[in-house]
Amino acid sequence: MRKPKLPGVIGGLGITFKTMLKPAVTVQYPHEREDPPTRARGVIALKEENCTVCMLCGRSCPDWCIYIEGHKEKRPPRREGGRDRTVSVLDRFDIDYALCMYCGICVEVCPFDALFWSPDYEYSESNIAKLLHDKRKLGEWMETVPEPEPLEIGAEVKK
Amino acid sequence: MIPAVHSLLALEIGWGTTLAIKTVMILMIVPLTALVLGYVFLLKMMSHMQSRLGPMDPGGFHGWFQLVGDGIKFIQKEDIIPGEADRRVFAIAPAIVVISTFLVFLVIPAGPDIVVKDLNVGVFYALAVSSLSVIGVLMAGWASANKFALLGALRAAAQLIAYELPLLLAVVGVVIQCGTMNLQGIVAFQSTGAIFGWSGIGFPLIFTQFIGFALFLIASQAELTQTPFDMPVAESELVAGYMVEYTGFRFLFFFIGEFGTAFAFSAIAATLYLGGWALPASWGISLGVMRFLGPLVLFAKIMAVSFLMFWVRFTYPRLREDQLQALAWKFLIPIGLINILLTGVFKVAF
Amino acid sequence: MSTTNPPLPEFDIDPRAFRHLADAQVGVELDTGDMILNLGPQHPATHGTLRLVVRLDGERVISADPVIGYMHRGYEKLAEFRTYPQITTLINRIDWLSSFANEVPFIDAAEQLMNVHAPPRAQYIRTILTELSRIATFVLFLGEMGLQVGALTPAFYGFRDREHILNLIESATGGRFHPNFNRIGGIKDDLPWGWVSETRTAMKTIFDACDVFEDLVAGNEIFEARTRSIGIIPPELGAAYGVSGSNLRASGVDWDLRRDGRPYLVYPDLDFKVWTHPDGDSFARYWVRLQETRESARMVLQMLDQMPAGPIMAKVPRIIKVPEGEAWVETENPLGQMGYYVISKGATGPFRVKIRSASFSNVSILPWLLRGVFVPDVITILASLYFILGDIDR
Repeated sequence: MRKPKLPGVIGGLGITFKTMLKPAVTVQYPHEREDPPTRARGVIALKEENCTVCMLCGRSCPDWCIYIEGHKEKRPPRREGGRDRTVSVLDRFDIDYALCMYCGICVEVCPFDALFWSPDYEYSESNIAKLLHDKRKLGEWMETVPEPEPLEIGAEVKK
Repeated sequence: MIPAVHSLLALEIGWGTTLAIKTVMILMIVPLTALVLGYVFLLKMMSHMQSRLGPMDPGGFHGWFQLVGDGIKFIQKEDIIPGEADRRVFAIAPAIVVISTFLVFLVIPAGPDIVVKDLNVGVFYALAVSSLSVIGVLMAGWASANKFALLGALRAAAQLIAYELPLLLAVVGVVIQCGTMNLQGIVAFQSTGAIFGWSGIGFPLIFTQFIGFALFLIASQAELTQTPFDMPVAESELVAGYMVEYTGFRFLFFFIGEFGTAFAFSAIAATLYLGGWALPASWGISLGVMRFLGPLVLFAKIMAVSFLMFWVRFTYPRLREDQLQALAWKFLIPIGLINILLTGVFKVAF
Repeated sequence: MSTTNPPLPEFDIDPRAFRHLADAQVGVELDTGDMILNLGPQHPATHGTLRLVVRLDGERVISADPVIGYMHRGYEKLAEFRTYPQITTLINRIDWLSSFANEVPFIDAAEQLMNVHAPPRAQYIRTILTELSRIATFVLFLGEMGLQVGALTPAFYGFRDREHILNLIESATGGRFHPNFNRIGGIKDDLPWGWVSETRTAMKTIFDACDVFEDLVAGNEIFEARTRSIGIIPPELGAAYGVSGSNLRASGVDWDLRRDGRPYLVYPDLDFKVWTHPDGDSFARYWVRLQETRESARMVLQMLDQMPAGPIMAKVPRIIKVPEGEAWVETENPLGQMGYYVISKGATGPFRVKIRSASFSNVSILPWLLRGVFVPDVITILASLYFILGDIDR
């Protein structure tokens, strides 16, 4: 493997010199930002009107960081002469982001599409208690949820 | 220095005032040089070599205030001395390292009269005094009561003493060629000299003493415990080697000592091999102008030499200490002796 | 249903003959007063919280004892009370630098028990992501081994070039470090638009990065002086201690589970070379990983060309209950051979999961390997073995 060429020590100097002349790759964070990809798991958003308090997300969380409380209410029937309907109303839906592992199991198991991923990541707090996002704040995150992006060639298109 | 100040201010200055001015200037310049070298090379050049930007925010313009801010931070830190440490030796050790740095700056000429003391044995004095820092390093490592510091200090002792010799041998070649140990004399020799009769760029000694120049750079890299010779401060093994228990103001002393000595060695290399503060005499620049230009020219040459030193520092891995010692004793010292031999022969022949 | 283990290569010497050497002492007749140095849980060179209690004579190591367990997180206990998707999330964090590769053997074992086969497109995407994790962790290794040996710059190049891979993994799975993408029966989502061409561009960057590392680190004479003949693992001894992966291949043993073991993912359809080096020293381990990075990049490009279209999830019920049985799956992870032994009693979660992690066995050779070397060589050897503490302690 010995070809007559520059000793490796000189070649190494050349590489660092060339890298010094190229622009740096740093993104200066507070002044410039890099956008995370669409699927990035930044924060979980809750669409309250879809939630039926089935508790599947709370049960499937590996960390048990979702706290759900709800109660049943009676509503008048949709048509005349029918039975009273029972509706589940969500009282409390908290996600504790100090515990959350950002695994996405809750978003995946929800049968009613009430939870969504959003790539927003800038919600760090100085007080750890503020990392418990209640359902009002989780509803606010819905505004940052992006549209699902198109899939690659060869993917099966669901009908 | 007195004629310089005279010509600048047209004043009669006594002995005491001169001493005061010189002391203040040295005390100000040494940390400043450490700051400049640290910022340009350690923070900015290293960062760009690693594809990143380095500090950008402190001070607004490319983070120039970072090291000043670091200095202020170090000064206000709590003075922690380990419980088992030998308190007096622990406290004195950084002082010795810094004092040796200050002492080297005393003989470096920055202009026709701009030198604190123009000793006749200038080069000899500079090298002798710079090796005082070995004692400081040993004291620091031993007094820290920390096995990692001890390992670093013992490695440093062996390394720094071993690399004094190539440094000296390289300088002896220059001294033989110039016939004087006086730094101003060496500068004058280079600026008024001629290469084969053409005096366009004077006669910087790097042309004949290139072996010596390479030896001097390698040996000063080792004297400063910089990679590839930074076994005493092996960052991924001993974290900070002999400095590991030092925080705050004492660590600042070590930092100033390291970068100040880097500046001083680069200055000596620039003076011995590149012509120092002088531009070639054939360009006919008057002495008065050189009193202003001299420091700037010297600064530019120092930056060039430091660039080489720090470039090597950020690129190479470190040598193990037995490989270090083998390099010094079996390779560099024989080459230094051959260099002296050749210099002597050519000096007599031509 | 359990799998048969593939046959091990044959060796002439009985590896148990070397066992006594672990207790050997060097220079004990000189009695110079040894020093015990704690390369403690907090040290920049131990890749995490590994503690090495080293007895030194001057700068020579007399004996070295690794103390592990500072990062034990109790994965096997946690797995007793969680369902399969939850465990998939947790085991991402065992070897956090190549986290996708940790999920694969576990999901493979569960799929064997359920007798479910993931569709071909899902297998291809799984293999691509596994190889991308391998590239990501090896590029970081190439950089940080330079750092341990003293060169500051290669570490930054390692992190910079790893970003390309992490961006790819993030755009496909949503997580840079912890993809959590495998599901029993396939994968979670299909790839986003444009991912294939982005991956091709990223592979070109990886080839360039490998060339840079070859010139800057592997070609550097000082690096060679620091790593050649340091930490030589004899092949029989390495196999006896359970050293696996690139460490064993660098000692000349031509053994790679992707080619020689039970076929898994799409490796039988791929054309790739298994790199070995005869020396067995630290330089060989660096060189083998450098070549394997290039080989993985070539494999990814092959797979991108061959990837079929189709569904990404097989037909599995909503609530997955894995039938009773036991399965053992071992795969070639970037750090070595990783295996999962899953015992299921028919519930939504396994009854017992036993994790055979690669670094645990790789580290077991340290008492033998570190006798008689200098302290700087200890650092070089630790760096070249490339273990991750999460993998040792689980």
